[in-house]
Amino acid sequence: MSQIAFWGAVELGLVYAFVALGVYLAFRVLDFPDLTVDGSFPLGAAVAAVLILAGLDPWLASAVAMVAGAIAGLVTALLNVRFKILHLLASILTMIALFSVNLRVMGRPNVALINADTMLTPFYGLGLSDYLVRPLFIGVLAIIALLMVWRFLESDAGLAMRATGANPRMARAQGVDTAYQIYLGMALSNALVALGGALFAQTNGFADVTSGVGTIVVGLAAVIIGETLFGARGILITLIGCIVGSILYRIAIQLALSSDVLGLQASDLNLVTAVLVTFALVLPRLRRGGSGR
Amino acid sequence: MISLKDIGVVFGRGTPLEKKALAGIDLEIEQGMFVTVIGSNGAGKSTLLGVLAGDIVPTFGRVTIAGTDVTRKPTTRRAELVARVFQDPLAGSCGALTIEENLALAERRGKRRGLTRALNSARRAIFRERIADLNLGLENRLGDRMDLLSGGQRQAVSLVMATLTDSRMLLLDEHTAALDPGMAEFVMGLTEKIVSERKLTTLMVTHSMRQALDYGDRTIMLHGGEIVLDVSGEERKGLQIEDLIAMFRRIRGQTIDDDELLIG
Repeated sequence: MSQIAFWGAVELGLVYAFVALGVYLAFRVLDFPDLTVDGSFPLGAAVAAVLILAGLDPWLASAVAMVAGAIAGLVTALLNVRFKILHLLASILTMIALFSVNLRVMGRPNVALINADTMLTPFYGLGLSDYLVRPLFIGVLAIIALLMVWRFLESDAGLAMRATGANPRMARAQGVDTAYQIYLGMALSNALVALGGALFAQTNGFADVTSGVGTIVVGLAAVIIGETLFGARGILITLIGCIVGSILYRIAIQLALSSDVLGLQASDLNLVTAVLVTFALVLPRLRRGGSGR
Repeated sequence: MISLKDIGVVFGRGTPLEKKALAGIDLEIEQGMFVTVIGSNGAGKSTLLGVLAGDIVPTFGRVTIAGTDVTRKPTTRRAELVARVFQDPLAGSCGALTIEENLALAERRGKRRGLTRALNSARRAIFRERIADLNLGLENRLGDRMDLLSGGQRQAVSLVMATLTDSRMLLLDEHTAALDPGMAEFVMGLTEKIVSERKLTTLMVTHSMRQALDYGDRTIMLHGGEIVLDVSGEERKGLQIEDLIAMFRRIRGQTIDDDELLIG
């Protein structure tokens, strides 16, 4: 793997670290299997790209993308909490709807951002190569996001959200409004995922309506790889695991695709993804002493 | 003061399976009173507790806790008034959270939860002191996950959680039933200590007649959704299980054939 390919993998891993943090909030903290992310990732990309092309400041455009993602999360939460639709199905409904919404937002299946100014533009040409500037910039953002999520989860409000996922009956007896917590958590989760989408559009120079396919699998893979490597040692370590897991996953994919021995091509990506995620899911079980359950 | 006025709970109303779980309960519990509730299976104990906790909205009647009408307030919105220990030791706390996180969660029961750090040294000191009172050595394990504790330890911590912050009523839902006899006795002793120290208005549901008579100031017996026995004061002192059964027979004019009720 060339140096450029390596840093490219790190960059993509860091972009998807936002997805991993979002997936961690939904799947692990709230215990809410949320497939909305397959729609909110391209939604974030689409909103950011269209607004940047319309001349809006890229930071503001990315903030609006986060709000759009939060709304997508709220819709899923509404379907589940208010209308009692099974969480998985509720999120699939939102995801499907978002495909059309994303086409509407962009007006066509994809939008190019090649010559537009992005959040990264001011940092290019400061002496570092572009392929290093991108992971560095996104890495800093990812660390800020990590610290904010960590700080939240260790606050009184965050404890209420964790209790909602872990033991809703107990949470209610403690006066925690579990419905509100699900709304809040789903909004936060999908806002993070949409921010990942907005950054994806700005680093790759395009937004595409199909770029969301498999987002949930990638996010989950990162969370599981992190958990497998770091174990259960507190919130901060787990969150770091999400980010490291996301980077390692991308490097593993890059290695698999660039290995001549395996003879894989780019179109095999989804198959490789599925195999890797299956490994990540099975590995902890095998390590627990092969007895099987 | 806790007041139940003509509380009725009917499940499956208008269906062939209609069941009257509570049939017009009137009950007043004075401030600081420790009431024990016994009754056979299906007598309405759990329903009564559910009505007070907010899990069950009564079909008719009115529930007032410390002057506040809570009849239609769900559990979440009456949590500032009501503290509770569940029968299942796993139900009252979060296994995935640490002991101190569970305590922090309970300390904010019914209060606004902001973005301040849940754990700081001042709070930890309070938690350590309260947990040290248990004499279980858990004060050095505050950072351990709750699911590393035994059922009895968890129930003891749950009791501390329920009494960390003020409440107008403490509900104990057969909270020693799932424990081994030694641990059950320990948790009961602890309960009595905490309740009397803090002068808590308490309602304890139990399967054990022994417990019902040994602890608290007043005992009520439920049968078929009604209060059939209500003893306190001099009348209750020196009362034996046999007396209780005899009283029950006299009142109902029938024999008790539910073994569970007879178990010491």
